[in-house]
Amino acid sequence: MTQSQNYAIELKKIDKRFGAVHANKAIDLKVPAGTIHGIIGENGAGKSTLMSIIYGFYTPNSGEMFVDGKPYNPNNSQEAIAAGIGMVHQHFMLVDTFTVLENVVLGAESGWKLEDSLKAARKKLHQIEKDYGLDVPLDKLVGDLPVGLQQRVEILKALYRDAKLLILDEPTGVLTPQEADHLFAILDKLRSQGTTVIIITHKLREVLAITDNISVMRQGQMVADVKTSDTNREELAELMVGRKVRLKVDKSEAKPAKELLKVNKLGYVDHSGVKRVKDISFSVRAGELVGIAGVSGNGQSEILSLLSGILKPTSGSFELNGHTISVDKPADPQQVRAMGVGHIPEDRHKQGLINKFEAQEAYILGYHNLPKYNKGLLQDKAAISKICQESMDKWDVRPNDIHLKTANFSGGNQQKLVIAREMEENPDVLLIGQPTRGVDIGAIEYIHQQIIASRDAGKAVLLVSVELDEILSLADRILVVFDGAIVGELQAHQADEKTLGLMMANIIPDHIKESIAQGETA
Amino acid sequence: MFETIILMADATIRVATPLILAALAGMFSERSGVVNIALEGKLLAAAFAGAATAYITGSAWLGVCAGVLVSILLALLHGFASITHRGDQVVSGMAINILATGLTVTLGRYWFNQGGQTPALSGDARFAPITLPGADALQDVPVVGLIYSELISGHSIIEYVALAAVPLSWYVLFKTRFGLRLRAVGDSPAAVDTAGISVAGMRYSAMVICGLLVGLAGVYLSVGQTAQFIPNMSAGKGYMALAALIFGKWRPVTAMAACLLFGFLDALAIRLQGVSVGDFPIPVQAIEALPYILTVFLLAGFIGKAVAPKAIGVPYTKERE
Amino acid sequence: MSQAKVPAWVTIALLPAINVLVAFLVSALLFIYIDINPLDAIKVMWTGAFGYAEGFGYTLYYTTGFIFTGLAVAVAYHAGLFNIGVEGQAYIGGLGVGIICLTLGEYAPWYVVFPVAVIAGGIFGAAWAFIPAYLQAKRGSHIVITTIMFNFIAASLMAYLLVDILKPETTMATESRVFAQGSWLPKMHELFAMFGINVAPSPLNISFIFALLCCVFVWLFIWHSRWGYEIRSIGANASAASYAGINYLKIIVITMLLSGMLAGFFGINVLQGELHQIKLNFVEGFGFTGIAVALMGRNHPVGVVLASLLFGFLYQGGAELSFDYGVDRNIVVVLQGLVILFSGALEYMFKPSIERIYLRLFGKQEHGVA
Repeated sequence: MTQSQNYAIELKKIDKRFGAVHANKAIDLKVPAGTIHGIIGENGAGKSTLMSIIYGFYTPNSGEMFVDGKPYNPNNSQEAIAAGIGMVHQHFMLVDTFTVLENVVLGAESGWKLEDSLKAARKKLHQIEKDYGLDVPLDKLVGDLPVGLQQRVEILKALYRDAKLLILDEPTGVLTPQEADHLFAILDKLRSQGTTVIIITHKLREVLAITDNISVMRQGQMVADVKTSDTNREELAELMVGRKVRLKVDKSEAKPAKELLKVNKLGYVDHSGVKRVKDISFSVRAGELVGIAGVSGNGQSEILSLLSGILKPTSGSFELNGHTISVDKPADPQQVRAMGVGHIPEDRHKQGLINKFEAQEAYILGYHNLPKYNKGLLQDKAAISKICQESMDKWDVRPNDIHLKTANFSGGNQQKLVIAREMEENPDVLLIGQPTRGVDIGAIEYIHQQIIASRDAGKAVLLVSVELDEILSLADRILVVFDGAIVGELQAHQADEKTLGLMMANIIPDHIKESIAQGETA
Repeated sequence: MFETIILMADATIRVATPLILAALAGMFSERSGVVNIALEGKLLAAAFAGAATAYITGSAWLGVCAGVLVSILLALLHGFASITHRGDQVVSGMAINILATGLTVTLGRYWFNQGGQTPALSGDARFAPITLPGADALQDVPVVGLIYSELISGHSIIEYVALAAVPLSWYVLFKTRFGLRLRAVGDSPAAVDTAGISVAGMRYSAMVICGLLVGLAGVYLSVGQTAQFIPNMSAGKGYMALAALIFGKWRPVTAMAACLLFGFLDALAIRLQGVSVGDFPIPVQAIEALPYILTVFLLAGFIGKAVAPKAIGVPYTKERE
Repeated sequence: MSQAKVPAWVTIALLPAINVLVAFLVSALLFIYIDINPLDAIKVMWTGAFGYAEGFGYTLYYTTGFIFTGLAVAVAYHAGLFNIGVEGQAYIGGLGVGIICLTLGEYAPWYVVFPVAVIAGGIFGAAWAFIPAYLQAKRGSHIVITTIMFNFIAASLMAYLLVDILKPETTMATESRVFAQGSWLPKMHELFAMFGINVAPSPLNISFIFALLCCVFVWLFIWHSRWGYEIRSIGANASAASYAGINYLKIIVITMLLSGMLAGFFGINVLQGELHQIKLNFVEGFGFTGIAVALMGRNHPVGVVLASLLFGFLYQGGAELSFDYGVDRNIVVVLQGLVILFSGALEYMFKPSIERIYLRLFGKQEHGVA
């Protein structure tokens, strides 16, 4: 039986409510010092709340915390930092217009004169970089750095403040597999130097690869605490959801027919003059699902926006269901929809839905000018209600209330609403971006089934996703983008995580190069 | 000709002074992420408080204290609505402007019974021009002497303060810990919060500095320039300062340059009164409208596009589950 | 994310009412300071505004003006725009109305002049809103500042026109010549007289009915038409609107044109309805009050009518106060500012407390419901 002093942090019966929402229910947690500890759970399980409590953002309603055996009750993040706790957030807490040095120093300055603080920081950072192998250019603007380096800045911030316990929230979401490997190497080094690490993630593969122990949260409770070597993916998934979960989608062979989407040297230069899409060409057939893999920010978002009409191409053209769209003949999103295209956007909050609208109002977004929703000069509210209700019944969107504001639906149900809206118009081409981002495992199953079903029904489906598992599980053919260009194309059977990971970093494995040369991938 | 230029430069500084102070005030507020439409109201309120106090006490300095105090109070109110209650910052700004318009005239009429004006100030209740050492002696020296005795010497204290405030603001904003944190709050309040610094605390500090500077500007308008408060005397200067700030990309030196431009245009306009373009006499109303038209031009970005601090106008809330 | 079961009417009706009440209470402090008993003040104001037919007529006449400016601000708000320029747009709109009355009004009766004046007022008002709208949409110029600037420019422009062009040689006052009597809009008391009902004369004229019709039009347009849907989408989430293929520039401009048009109608009530000539500064701050009206009325036509009625009461009551106590009418401006502060900026300040009190009083019955 290990003593409390050997725990870097210990939580006893931590409880937290927000009004009627019971976010954390009597949580117990013991993290042995010098280990890497994983905490997994679905969205809404309470992981972020728990971490916020540990970091001093929230105070628990009841329960106790101990750091290194001593009682720990932070009132704000400053006290957490003083107790040696550092946090790397999922969405980076960095000032893009500052340099790396300024970002690290912010809040930990040594005096009122900036010059002195910066000099002192530079010295200490050089030492830290040597000790841990964290190489970051100190004088570059954070906004100009690639995501992987930005994350390192976050880690530097924590180490600069002498963190003994490092908490990382969903650290690999924005990294390529290779960058994730680098991160894990750094965490390994930290562990060997005595730092304790807590990783919050929903990626079962990774939590199994790097951690020593795993705690599982479900619906506000801590439901399991296991040694990593004693468990596997299926068991963890079951613990997270509460029932057996199918992690792979059953799908039959694709039967591709005629080309419905043909992209021809499509190019896009953004308003600051940067070429975001570099003259790409590809096609998607009816009955085929093509996946675009790549690290976020390599042009995929722009590709989707160009194909859906939100952005206008600056060079090249593409053909949608027989209609040509080019620089001289642009089309806006409503015209594109009329050509038989549905678009499930990458960010349902920012693009797909309007939070303060009722479900039925959000349901006509993009289709509001259709005759079936209008009667003369006014909208046909009765028709809108009826059609929305039918959809919500069919797709089992809960709560089944067309008058409920979309903000009040859960992530999974919001996504179902968007998917229902786009699919019910029976488009011939489906453009899909990050369909299961922020959606819990149960709903992911359902959404994946529906996407395959639409492919089987003969639609041409283009799927953009940063989740390699999703691409590998759904796509018939995979295109890899890097820096706005397509650097490789594989059939599903040729692809695995390692290969894709290399290609996403623009390292084309030899056997892929050979098959491209031999014309096996066309 | 040369003398005309010097006199116009002199006038430019006088007109630009309240604008410079107000623009710097706006800069601190907006750099911390709080949109400041309320510069106009604070300007007006400070002008009133300053003139009223200067008249009652007979001292211009007490007038300054009163004006600055009132302005800081209004800035804190603005902060309370925008920061603590996360209200729409433009709405709370307009509320303050309208409140100031109403209160100044109502109280003015109640206290002084002159239709909202305050009585004229004289003597110690005004700011005397400061003659720099050697100005009289150098007066007759060609070129340099005139520049020194007319342009550089002979301004009232607030004008010198305004010009000094520019490099001082630059130093505070870019070379101190406070300035670093302030700029961070305007761009990424979440980064500041997680670093253990109070976002609200920084923003309130910015509001206090804003109140101080714009209060000075307001008192200068009434006590320094017209020797009394006249209803609605700010006449849009608060908005022009904001436009100058935007045009100056939220940096002290460029904002000052824009304010000087306004000042110059005003000085020019006075010279143009009565002048005709061909057969057509320029109507006095056209001259009056020039600063406002220029503001629109500045904002239309015909002279470059400006990028605001990223988090401006967005109330800060911690992420909730 | 509170999931308390507080019914909608608490947030939609009770909260705004409390906000207004607090604004009044704070202004009561000001009244006390200038030696006026607030209760007496309310009595005087109430009698002045509602106590007798002529006063009530004046109240409704002012209400008409507030409805136009309030609707103008409300419409713009739905697209996420803060139109501070209603004052200037109403002023220039009045120019349009005046020009028609001075020209067509010489030859045609009021029922012919009226629709043409409406169109002219609308076009002139909309035109004055166009440039700020375009600059906001195309160049991101802050519409609050540009519209305020255009208010000042309007003042200069109208001053010039009135002094140098419209003013007849014979008068000293800055105003145009009087419109031909045939073009004057009939007053409501004249209308009632036609049906044998005797009502005290007041400036209230048939543009009051037109104002109410505008409310219906705005309601239908914003909430029941696809253009209104596009406007509300842009105001709520510009990215989602762009995803839906809604043209940002087009909608921003259309919204502001509509807003300017409604502001332009203000001139119908004041110029063709009552003053019968273009006078300097005839808008008198009604444009700014429109902001308070829209905020109080939650940008909905029904709310705008109620808020306009309140401000009509304040304006007429304020005139009575000024008459009886000699206090400056600007005290009503203070009240406006407080209303904007509590209804607009501090909108939700009382929400948690009200919800708590409500649940304590009525919450017990909710137990047992899932």
